[in-house]
Amino acid sequence: MNPVPGSLLGIEHLDAAEILKLLQLSRRMDPAKPKPLLKGKRVLLLFYEPSTRTRSSFEIAAKTLGAYTVLIQSTGSSIEKGESLLDTGYTVRAVGADIIVIRHPCAGAPHLMAQHVDIPIINAGDGFHEHPSQALLDAYTILRNKKSFKGLQVAIVGDIFHSRVARSACLLLSKFGVKIVLCGPPELLPDIASTLAPGVHVTRHMEDALRGADVVMLLRVQKERLAGLNIDVPEYIARYQMNPARLKLAKKDAILMHPGPIIRGLELTSEVADGAQARILEEVRNGVPTRMAILARAMGRTR
Amino acid sequence: MTSAEKSRTSRIAPSLLIKGGHLIDPAARIDAPMDVLLKNGHVAEVAAPNKIKGNADRKFDARGLIVAPGFIDLHVHLREPGQTHKETIATGTAAAAAGGFTSVCTMPNTLPVVDSVEWVEWLRQPERAAVVNVFAIAAATRHSKGIALTDFRALQSAGAIAVSDDGRPILDDDIMREALTLGGELNFPVVQHAEDTRMTENCSMHAGVRSFRLGLRGMTAAAEASVVERDVQLALRVPNARLHVAHVSTADALKAVRRAKRAKARVTAEVTPHHFTLTDEDMRDYDSNFKMNPPLRSASDLEAILAAIADGTLDAIVTDHAPHATQEKQVEFERAAFGITGLETALALAVTRLHRDKRIPLARIVELFTAGPARCFDLRGRGSLVRESIADVTLFDPKKKWTFEAVKSLSKSKNTPFDGWQLTGKVVATIVAGKIVYAV
Repeated sequence: MNPVPGSLLGIEHLDAAEILKLLQLSRRMDPAKPKPLLKGKRVLLLFYEPSTRTRSSFEIAAKTLGAYTVLIQSTGSSIEKGESLLDTGYTVRAVGADIIVIRHPCAGAPHLMAQHVDIPIINAGDGFHEHPSQALLDAYTILRNKKSFKGLQVAIVGDIFHSRVARSACLLLSKFGVKIVLCGPPELLPDIASTLAPGVHVTRHMEDALRGADVVMLLRVQKERLAGLNIDVPEYIARYQMNPARLKLAKKDAILMHPGPIIRGLELTSEVADGAQARILEEVRNGVPTRMAILARAMGRTR
Repeated sequence: MTSAEKSRTSRIAPSLLIKGGHLIDPAARIDAPMDVLLKNGHVAEVAAPNKIKGNADRKFDARGLIVAPGFIDLHVHLREPGQTHKETIATGTAAAAAGGFTSVCTMPNTLPVVDSVEWVEWLRQPERAAVVNVFAIAAATRHSKGIALTDFRALQSAGAIAVSDDGRPILDDDIMREALTLGGELNFPVVQHAEDTRMTENCSMHAGVRSFRLGLRGMTAAAEASVVERDVQLALRVPNARLHVAHVSTADALKAVRRAKRAKARVTAEVTPHHFTLTDEDMRDYDSNFKMNPPLRSASDLEAILAAIADGTLDAIVTDHAPHATQEKQVEFERAAFGITGLETALALAVTRLHRDKRIPLARIVELFTAGPARCFDLRGRGSLVRESIADVTLFDPKKKWTFEAVKSLSKSKNTPFDGWQLTGKVVATIVAGKIVYAV
């Protein structure tokens, strides 16, 4: 079965026009002014992994649109008893779900769900594959700070290999001709990363990545996904930690982004995290209207 | 002779004259129109058309068909004992017959592991209801744990034709050397699934552009090639060692095999239809029917495989038929079982991909299904239709176009990436010890 229209499985198969439509719709969504576009609908939040930002902002987005939300987590549900992903999907569908928002440690889990469950499936992060709602809210944030994507240069620094945020961001920004420079050590950023999308480059040197950057996106070193990789933390800090001196290498009006959670003292210092160029909390705020737009689109309420 | 065979031949199959076909028997260097007479479970006569005198009990009209020695699959998983929800010897061999295979060699990674004489004998009991010949590959180490060798001599006497810890490769140099040494003394092939599992933990596909994009951990080509290189080095040093490299999937592993053959090591190698047909780019939407081990590799690996098929580096086409139940496959890709079924599509994929698309002669393809595998494991009396060989015959129509439908498969499991594929080349009849066990 093909995914139900309105599903959002990833950025890869969205075209630029669809992305722009979603961003425009996000701009019309105001969390302060509830709109009953999803009145009476049931949004099932199926979270197989911990989450603070994504979960709460999907929940607030759904409620702002008048929907009910039900949160199911892997602990404290039948998932713990060994129920399969699809059986959980069929079950929440039978309970009356209208939309499933799913976060899962395995790449492709939302795709499997979308092939078998006949309601819109929203990918809220699958393994280290994609995190489309994050890419959209980041694009939204960039457009609120920059005139357009035209001529922009974006540096993404850190653990690219394990990052669904990086993959979705590259795929999205590439569709608008943005130059993307990925930066990190080979263990966390294999050379092959440059094949992700047109306009993606790989460097090991912060100076190369930052020079001329309009946007600097930092990523957390994902200790829970390293699986035996030994990262020399002092070495990582010495080479890749963002501090005020390094940030100066970027354009004067560059903005600093981070999908969170941030680890102060590791990938960035407190000075830059709390500095004038940081947009980290703005990203979190922008998550709500973006996810309102995603949910409205899922139900075909895009007027 | 297996007990299943004994019971079969004791029933004295009626004599059968296969008439009007085109015989391809690479071991006998025959590629010509020939009639074949089967009598008492053996080949009684092979002669030019209409030259066989006397009456046969039955005649088989083979006009338009290729008549070949019975196909031999050196690598299948029949899942017995212990995993009958995936496959049984009865269902697996029925699928084998439909795919033209008259002999299959079944891997020991079952529950329990086939590491004893008792289980080797059990596999061959008539109660298993095998439709074609089943040869046991026994475990090389106890419980396939890679620590202590099994009793090769006893296993061989009981009828096992090779040893392998398939799926749990022997990584320890000393154990592998011991296995090759003992195997060498007994003229017993050691089959290695070449994968350095220390490098492939949590990996679910080939390491490359596509695995990176999909966010899946990838198995590097080096994880395969390094083990093949190590094994080849050992095989070159250990007197009479016989190494059989299972399902080679990478260009670098093929290079090692080629080098070994040039150095006259007793090294043989096999390849699967999926590895000469698909690449890692073919998997869509996290479809776990494209998940197997070794994984689908890059386009350049596939090119290297095609070259190795043509130049003789590869000895056999095997299916690595690995049935799994739906609930074991229809899960998160990373959690899905490795393996696909393959018995019923092997010949058609070979004819379609190798012959029709790549112009590899049918005689070479037949060799890879018959004489080649028979040589790898010394299956005497098989792999050729010279007079007095065993009357195992496969008849196929090399031009027949058909569509493979997984639901119609005789295997208990339907985990195949080839569902709905339009293929050229179809098995028309399968004859085991003179008896027709499958016919369209």
